[in-house]
Amino acid sequence: MMPFLLPLLLAAAPLAEPPVAAPAPTETEAPVDWDKEFGVVRKARDPATGEIPVDPYVQGDANAGAHPFAGDGMARAFGGQAGIRRITDRTLDLSVADPRIKAIFEEHDMVRLRRTLFEQVCFILNAGCRYSGRDMKVAHKGLGTTRADLNALVEHLQQAMREAHVSFPAQNRLLAKLAPMDRTVTER
Amino acid sequence: MPLISGALALAAPCAAREAITFDGAKLILTNGITSVEGSGGGGLATWATISGMGTNRAIGVSAHVTGVELPDFRLDTHGVAIGIRDRVELSYARQNFNTRQIGAALGLGKGFQFNQDIYAAKVRLVGDLVYGPGWLPQISVGVEHKRNLDGAVVRAVGARASAGTDFTVSATKLFLGASVLANATVRLTKANQFGLLGFGGDRKAARSVQFEGSLGYLVTPRLVIGGEWRTRPDNLGIAREDDAKDLFAAWAVSRHVTVTAAYVDVGSVATVANQRGGLLSLQLAY
Repeated sequence: MMPFLLPLLLAAAPLAEPPVAAPAPTETEAPVDWDKEFGVVRKARDPATGEIPVDPYVQGDANAGAHPFAGDGMARAFGGQAGIRRITDRTLDLSVADPRIKAIFEEHDMVRLRRTLFEQVCFILNAGCRYSGRDMKVAHKGLGTTRADLNALVEHLQQAMREAHVSFPAQNRLLAKLAPMDRTVTER
Repeated sequence: MPLISGALALAAPCAAREAITFDGAKLILTNGITSVEGSGGGGLATWATISGMGTNRAIGVSAHVTGVELPDFRLDTHGVAIGIRDRVELSYARQNFNTRQIGAALGLGKGFQFNQDIYAAKVRLVGDLVYGPGWLPQISVGVEHKRNLDGAVVRAVGARASAGTDFTVSATKLFLGASVLANATVRLTKANQFGLLGFGGDRKAARSVQFEGSLGYLVTPRLVIGGEWRTRPDNLGIAREDDAKDLFAAWAVSRHVTVTAAYVDVGSVATVANQRGGLLSLQLAY
């Protein structure tokens, strides 16, 4: 190892305070495989859907956690399925860029989340979708999310709806469907 | 022992991470504004909301100044509040009530000021303003201890005491489906004109049950307009007291700044009828 380190130290010599060289790893110190240490098993993405498989569960619209609106008024207010997809995608784009909550999404299957979040909102707005995701409790299990995280997500959803020119009363009608789920989507 | 202290030293950073801090994470405007009594609420009514922008794992603080300009009087209040885990609210407010020309007419001297300190605590029992079942409002109980600083004067006008304690139960809910905010508060009080004219009187010495209702409409995420109605006791024989009403617009300039303007009608005050005027309030919240 030393022959490799020596040129580095020489190169650093002109600096007033040469950086302290880290102790060279010894032969007995192999790099730690943290996934193995914590028993993390990485599943391969499904080549067709691009999603990471989840444990089997019973599918059903009831998993969406809210009854859908009647009529097509809300679906139209959100610009149909195309408008809803833009809004849910934008909500997630804002969330993964938000320093307050981005860490929650870092180890998350965003391909699946984009699909299921769209389905859920589309189903609730009665815009012609079935919800195929898991129920809210199971889907958020172990995320350790807080009320503060939830509020941040709501702010992003509000911004996405505002940018899509959804009227404020219609925005609130959707939020009224989502608000009662707080206990199932937060854990702390 | 060295082992144990070493373990404690290791544990310390974890404990620090769990320490309660500011998160400023309430949804904008859901911290409410500050009532003329310093408690989180509307302008006239105490609400079930907990002051400050902190959520259930944090603390929040707020400060306010409010001026009420009436034809013959002026009320200035300022105060601070702390919200702990969106559960407990502790607040202090100072009220200064200037009698202007009426002070001279009443023999108190022109510009005589009644002053009052209000120490209040409020605890959220159940429910949430925004989240949870749509039928379950946020419900809080509160206590407001008021100390009038002009004891001799308020006793001279007929009040039985210069200090008094109000008890409140409030239910507040944001009905998102209708973009409507509603509040109902029941108050046990013997305060005359919020306590500025003392507590109890010749007509009634004991506490009575009073009602405060607020109804607001969310125009935008940052603007709510509405009205409030507050019934009040009528304890003093020489100075009739009426219900107080207002029409308000509260605007969240930012997450931390809320400005409220209101048209206020407090009826008859200290023998002078028709006291209708304007309220302007500024709240800072973190």
